[in-house]
Amino acid sequence: MKKTMQKPILAVGPFHPLQEEMEFFQLTVDGEIVTDIDARISYNHRGIEKISETLQFDQVPFLVSRVCGICSASHPLAYVQAVEDIVGVQPPERALYVRTIINELERVHSHMLWVGLAGHFIGYDTVFMWAWKYREPVLDLLEEITGNRNNYGNVKVGGCREDIPNELKPKILKELDGVEKKTEMLTKAVLDDPILHARLKGVGVLSKEDAIAYAATGPTVRGSGIAIDVRQDDPYAAYADLDWNVISQPEGDVFAKTVVRLLEVLESLKMAKEAVTKLPDGPIATEVKEIPPGEGCGRAEAPRGETFHYVRSDGGNRPIRHKIRAPSYVNVPSFKASCIGQHIADVTITLAAVDPCYSCTERLAVVDGHNNIIHDYETLLQMSREKTARIKKEIGAPEFKMEDI
Amino acid sequence: MSLKMWSLKKSVWVFHVNVGACNNCDIEVVNMLTPKYDVERFGIKLVGSPRHADALLVTGVGTHQAVIRLREVYRQTAKPCVVFLIGACACGTGIFKGGYHVAGPVDEIIREVDPDAIIAYVPGCPPKPEAMISGVVKVLSAL
Ligand code: SF4
Repeated sequence: MKKTMQKPILAVGPFHPLQEEMEFFQLTVDGEIVTDIDARISYNHRGIEKISETLQFDQVPFLVSRVCGICSASHPLAYVQAVEDIVGVQPPERALYVRTIINELERVHSHMLWVGLAGHFIGYDTVFMWAWKYREPVLDLLEEITGNRNNYGNVKVGGCREDIPNELKPKILKELDGVEKKTEMLTKAVLDDPILHARLKGVGVLSKEDAIAYAATGPTVRGSGIAIDVRQDDPYAAYADLDWNVISQPEGDVFAKTVVRLLEVLESLKMAKEAVTKLPDGPIATEVKEIPPGEGCGRAEAPRGETFHYVRSDGGNRPIRHKIRAPSYVNVPSFKASCIGQHIADVTITLAAVDPCYSCTERLAVVDGHNNIIHDYETLLQMSREKTARIKKEIGAPEFKMEDI
Repeated sequence: MSLKMWSLKKSVWVFHVNVGACNNCDIEVVNMLTPKYDVERFGIKLVGSPRHADALLVTGVGTHQAVIRLREVYRQTAKPCVVFLIGACACGTGIFKGGYHVAGPVDEIIREVDPDAIIAYVPGCPPKPEAMISGVVKVLSAL
């Protein structure tokens, strides 16, 4: 007689401090292999769309920059573009350039952050420390321009709040050159590392068809060979004036996503430098006296993909409806395609590869159906790191020594 | 000073709880560990379980779903412990004040569990890592 056995279920979440939202994943496992995944969100739900309806048009950018701390330039930009769409106003040229520069600097520090965390998750803390060290100059620059390391609050309807003073230009260019050199070194170090090849290639593959079916965006989909990018397809700010390329890789695995992000950092640095050099003179804001009734959409390419804002106005001074769609919302379901069939040890990095959603793996328990083995997040992290160490040994890679640097 | 208090002041191990933050405070917390600030020099370390922690770093407004877990985490932390509320959100729900999913402020929720909890506030949105370090130093020297 065949006994039906309960499938072991692995719970991931809801707390993990390292990334965006709190989320909860339930992995069904068969031995080492993941057979199903389910996600539950809304732990971090703060009701922003509703709060937005109680604020004035001019206050909302400060709120939406706090949707996600690390996309704190793209969300307000998308919102402001939606309102400008209602008003039908065109911000001055200089404001568009300032917006571009801030958004690109944000992309640089966000992608660097991801590279660091990815290194940390597979047991490469050197990469973690390097990447986080090299993003610091970018944060300092942002602080100098906008007054805050994150949450810049720099855009407003019709333009920008803070200008980039012309005297600051040489300093920005110099700092960005420095960051570029470091990033090039980091990119080479990561791309040439045989262990990273062995550890990340062929892991968590999101095929081109799946990427389209799940409507994923951003580096997640560009790593699957689909070169979509709002900056190119529907240019906003000053992107149409700059010379740059959309980066994409055909493989769809974690390695491809890493390559996409690292090359995008270099591309963003190039764009930021070009924009600083070309920065036109003139005012940084057009005055907007009132918002007429109507509805508008705005979209921007956040570091994680397309962010979309919809605003409706009834002619008063508050939006009567404000809808936000963040990129992670479409990227998270793509785990259904990329995680199934993976080893548990690879799940951590596969979840991390999309960038948002590693959020909650802190409190994680594996409950094995028949003998009730309980693993926690630490054990999974340990498994991930042990796998790297094992591969290292198999490849016979030399031990990393301080003197070699 | 009791032995427990004396030992609390050395090499503080912290556990980080996000109860509905925008993530910026969390990033700045992790930033403290990286080369520029490097608080591990002083024995301050992020740990993976509240049972190992001397201090809780709480960020975020305290959403209805998260505060249930926050109470549990506080109960599990070894006492005496210090609770650091990092950022405007944790200090008093900040910009999200009045949101329908906000159950905070976080300090009231912790006081419900333990009226004598030691709570320190580090305001800012997000506070700079320097501010957090200074907050920790001030609390430890005041204990
Ligand atoms: S205090 Fe500010 S930065 Fe910190 S979580 Fe709240 S909104 Fe984000």
